[in-house]
Amino acid sequence: MTFEQTLSRLEQIAASLDRDDLPLEEALKLFEEGITRLREASAALADADGKVRTLIEQSDGVFEAKE
Amino acid sequence: MSHAGATSAEALSVHALTSAAKDVLEGAFPRLWVRGEVSGYKKYPSGHWYFTLKDAEAQIPSVVWKGSTARIREKLEDGLQVRAYGQLTVWPASGKMQFVVTAIEADGEGLWQKRFDETKARLEKDGLLDPARKRALPRFPRTVAVITSSEAAALRDVIAVIGRRNPGVHVVVIPAAVQGEAAPESLLGALDRLARWVGGDAEWRGVAIPAPEVLIIGRGGGSREDLWAFNHEGVARAIAACPVPTISAVGHETDVTIADLVADLRAATPSVAAEHAVPVLAEVRELVTQLAGMMADGLQDRIQVARRDLDRRADALSRRAQLVVERRRVRVDRVAARLAPQGLRSVERRRARMETLGAMLEARSPLAVFARGFAVARGADGATLAQRAAFIPGTPFDLLLRDGRVRATTDSVHTDAPHLRTDA
Repeated sequence: MTFEQTLSRLEQIAASLDRDDLPLEEALKLFEEGITRLREASAALADADGKVRTLIEQSDGVFEAKE
Repeated sequence: MSHAGATSAEALSVHALTSAAKDVLEGAFPRLWVRGEVSGYKKYPSGHWYFTLKDAEAQIPSVVWKGSTARIREKLEDGLQVRAYGQLTVWPASGKMQFVVTAIEADGEGLWQKRFDETKARLEKDGLLDPARKRALPRFPRTVAVITSSEAAALRDVIAVIGRRNPGVHVVVIPAAVQGEAAPESLLGALDRLARWVGGDAEWRGVAIPAPEVLIIGRGGGSREDLWAFNHEGVARAIAACPVPTISAVGHETDVTIADLVADLRAATPSVAAEHAVPVLAEVRELVTQLAGMMADGLQDRIQVARRDLDRRADALSRRAQLVVERRRVRVDRVAARLAPQGLRSVERRRARMETLGAMLEARSPLAVFARGFAVARGADGATLAQRAAFIPGTPFDLLLRDGRVRATTDSVHTDAPHLRTDA
C-alpha cells in the first residue's frame, strides 16, 4: 500500500466511524484496522530522508539512479 | 524656375540623385509601423537580416541591421505576419526603396500563432484537451519525477521547494534539453523513460527506486522561441499519455504552451509546480493526528450510542420482568389461599407416620433383639448361620450374645425343635 493509499483508507475509516448506524462490531473492526494504518502512516512520516537522484539510462537500456 | 538637373548642363550624378531622394523620403516619412508578411527571409554572414515585407498588392525590401537584431525576439520565418517598426529610405547602391527595421512584433495571426492553433485544434479533436481528462494529483506522493534541464535554475528551485516543504519526498530528475533543435526529441526520450519506469519495464542497475506518483515537466521563462519545444505536438501527446499525473511549469505566467494545455495541472513557474506536487510535512502530520482523533472520537461516540441503546433495552426489559413477576405473584397467592387448609392437614399426617416408622425401626434394632435373650450363630467366615444346613457336625462356630461371644462346636443337627411346634 502506498502512503497515498494508506492515508485515503484512514480518511475512509474515520468517516465511517463517524456514522452512528455502523454496527458496533464493525466499528471495532474498522478501528482496529485504523490503528494499523495509523502506525504505517506514522512510520512513513518518520522516514524524512528524501533524496535527490538523477535517472540515467545507459546505452544498454539499463536504468540507474545516481545521487 | 530652375532646379538641380533642370538643364543638360546641370545634370546630376546618380549618387546625388539617390541621395536627394533619400533625404526627401526620410523627411516625408518619420519612423513608423508597417504591417505585412515576411518573405524571402535570409540571415547574412555579415549578421544583417534581409527579407521582403509584402501583402497581396505590394512589397518593400526590408533589412534589420546587425546592431538591431539582438533586440528582436521573434523568430522570423517566411509567412510570418508581423508589424515592423522602421524608417523608409532609399538604398543608393541599388537605387531601391528600403525599409530599415529596428523592431518587429508578430501580428495576431503570425505563423507561430497559426502553428500553435493548428496543433491545439488537432489535440482538441482527439479529446486531449477535454477538462474531464484532467487527473487529480496525488495528495501525498513519496517520489516526484522532474523532467527539465539538469543545469537550469528551474530544477534548483523545484528541489529547494520540495526539500523545504517535505524532506521525506524523493526527487528523481530525468534530464532533458528544454530548448533548441534537439529539445523535442530529448523531452520525448525523458517521457518515454518515465513511462517505462512506471510501467515496470525498466531494468535497473543498483537499487531500483519506488516509481514516481507525479511528474513536473518544464523550464524557466524565456522567449517564445526558447519555449517552443513545449508547443511540440509529439511532446504534448506524450505528456497526455504519461502514466502519472503531470504538472507543467513553462515560463513565467504569460505564455501558455500546448504542454500547459494537456498537463493535468498548469503551474506558472517550476517553484509553484513543486508547491502543488508536495504537501508540507507538518500539515500531513497534522492530518494524521486529526484522523487519529476522529477515529477515537467516532468509536467513543459509537460506543456511547450502543451503551444508551443497551440501557434503554435493559430498562424496557426490567419493566416487563417486574410486570410478569407481579402477575405471577398474584396468581400464586390466589392458589396458596385456596390450598392452605389441605396443605396443613397433609403435613400433620406425614408427621404422624414418621413417628410410627421411627418406633418400628427402634424395635427392630439388633441390640434390642439381643436384649430380649436371642443369640446369633456365626461361621468362621463371619456369615450368619441361619439354617440347619449351615451347621456341619464337628465344625466350630461363634454364638453372639448380649454381653459377649461363645465358641461352640456343632454336635449334631435335628429337625425337631420346641419353637417349631405348632401345637404348643
